[in-house]
Amino acid sequence: MIDERALALSGASRPRLPRGVRLKHDDVRNEWLLLAPERVLKTNAIAVEILKRCTGEQSLDAIVDDLASTFTAERSTVEADVRTLLMELATKRLVDL
Amino acid sequence: MNAPAPSRPVGLLAELTHRCPLGCPYCSNPLDLDARETELPTATWQRVFSEAAGIGILQLHLSGGEPASRRDLAELVAHAAKLGLYTNLITSGVGLNRAAVTKLAEAGLDHVQLSIQDSQPQSADHIAGYKGAFARKVEVASLVTETGLPLTVNAVIHRANVRRAGAMVELAVRLGARRVEIAHTQYYGWGARNRGLLMPSREEAEAAIEEVERLKTTLAGTIVIDHVAPDYHARYPKPCMSGWARRTLNVTPAGKVLPCHAAELIPGLEFWNVTQHSLEEIWNNSPAFNAFRGDEWMREPCRSCARKSVDFGGCRCQAFMLTGEAREADPVCHLSPHHRIVEEILAEARGEAAEPGAYAYRRMRPLPRSRGERLQGEDLDISAE
Ligand code: SF4
Ligand code: SF4
Repeated sequence: MIDERALALSGASRPRLPRGVRLKHDDVRNEWLLLAPERVLKTNAIAVEILKRCTGEQSLDAIVDDLASTFTAERSTVEADVRTLLMELATKRLVDL
Repeated sequence: MNAPAPSRPVGLLAELTHRCPLGCPYCSNPLDLDARETELPTATWQRVFSEAAGIGILQLHLSGGEPASRRDLAELVAHAAKLGLYTNLITSGVGLNRAAVTKLAEAGLDHVQLSIQDSQPQSADHIAGYKGAFARKVEVASLVTETGLPLTVNAVIHRANVRRAGAMVELAVRLGARRVEIAHTQYYGWGARNRGLLMPSREEAEAAIEEVERLKTTLAGTIVIDHVAPDYHARYPKPCMSGWARRTLNVTPAGKVLPCHAAELIPGLEFWNVTQHSLEEIWNNSPAFNAFRGDEWMREPCRSCARKSVDFGGCRCQAFMLTGEAREADPVCHLSPHHRIVEEILAEARGEAAEPGAYAYRRMRPLPRSRGERLQGEDLDISAE
């Protein structure tokens, strides 16, 4: 389940990918990848949708609302996914909160 | 030899030049450095980058020598960025100024990796063999972060700085780096030549490893620490290059394509050059790439070992250097029949307190050439304001 630090993230923070971290569709492999210093991370479909919204414009809460309505999903499930992913990436300094 | 079908490469290390104002005694460049006259021209590098993107390469590491020694560096970055390649500049910092950093950022550079020789300025300059290098690097770090480019600090650990491994992580934090690489020296090329002066004692190496591992936890979320522990002290070898010819390729200043930067020390390998073949042909068919693909080439104990898909038998270059045969298990492995060679080398390693000696600094060799003339010592072209 969702860990404490992920729960403690503020819903008002506006997550964004810092310079040097890029979400890229790789046409050769036909998949979305997150490119970062000395790293290439594979992303699943949910992660891609979250990361596409990490532009610094939308708040964490707004991203959750947006995803829940776009994919008609349970808000609490979406929120857990978003918080877990953002916490994990922030620890690796791949996302700024 | 029947090699398995190659996987797709993800990274290309472009050694744009071997020219470098510094002379680090552990430099990964070969002892025989490519002279400036042999360097590939701009258009050839750009073609190579285009071919790289075409075969699925995602990350381009612009390295050297000192890549800023090339006047066309920003042009090369711009071309790579246009192709969507993730561009990483691996630099000593010396040779970069505000104008050059701004130009690179505008050209679309994604990331800068800056080397630091020590956290103590005097020692750092001594290791680099260049007075004032430390101060320049500190300045370049702030230029990089002011521009908004992400910074990684890279430090190579050896006898002269092993007690300051943790201090170098802290320095990286102060310099505004988001990531730091702490890598214990690997003994190829210049590192092998200077091994006696570089190898720390086991106690020192272990204390440094412990300190850096501790900092990984305390500094999580502040800085990412990538830690390359010294393989001589390990039970199993490192999964060198994630397996020979599986993920990356190296292009030398003169265009030779290598599966790893040290591969040329293995005799009998045939390397192809980008001036004669496309990158795709080289990746798929170059004899050097196919020589150690898969596990057909392995001998015992690797051949029947369960770990062979984890560490690929370790490093081919190290196996050759220490045993004289590249197909042997990396003798770092305690299962290798040659493991005692590593133990003997370790037994000779002396502590930091030992008498300091004179490094064989990495330099362009002013060797007499065939017709008796000499190669000029290289000067650095500092990219103009
Ligand atoms: S390791 Fe030192 S000498 Fe070698 S290229 Fe890098 S900065 Fe130059
Ligand atoms: S025997 Fe070979 S494959 Fe097995 S652990 Fe040692 S080096 Fe790796």
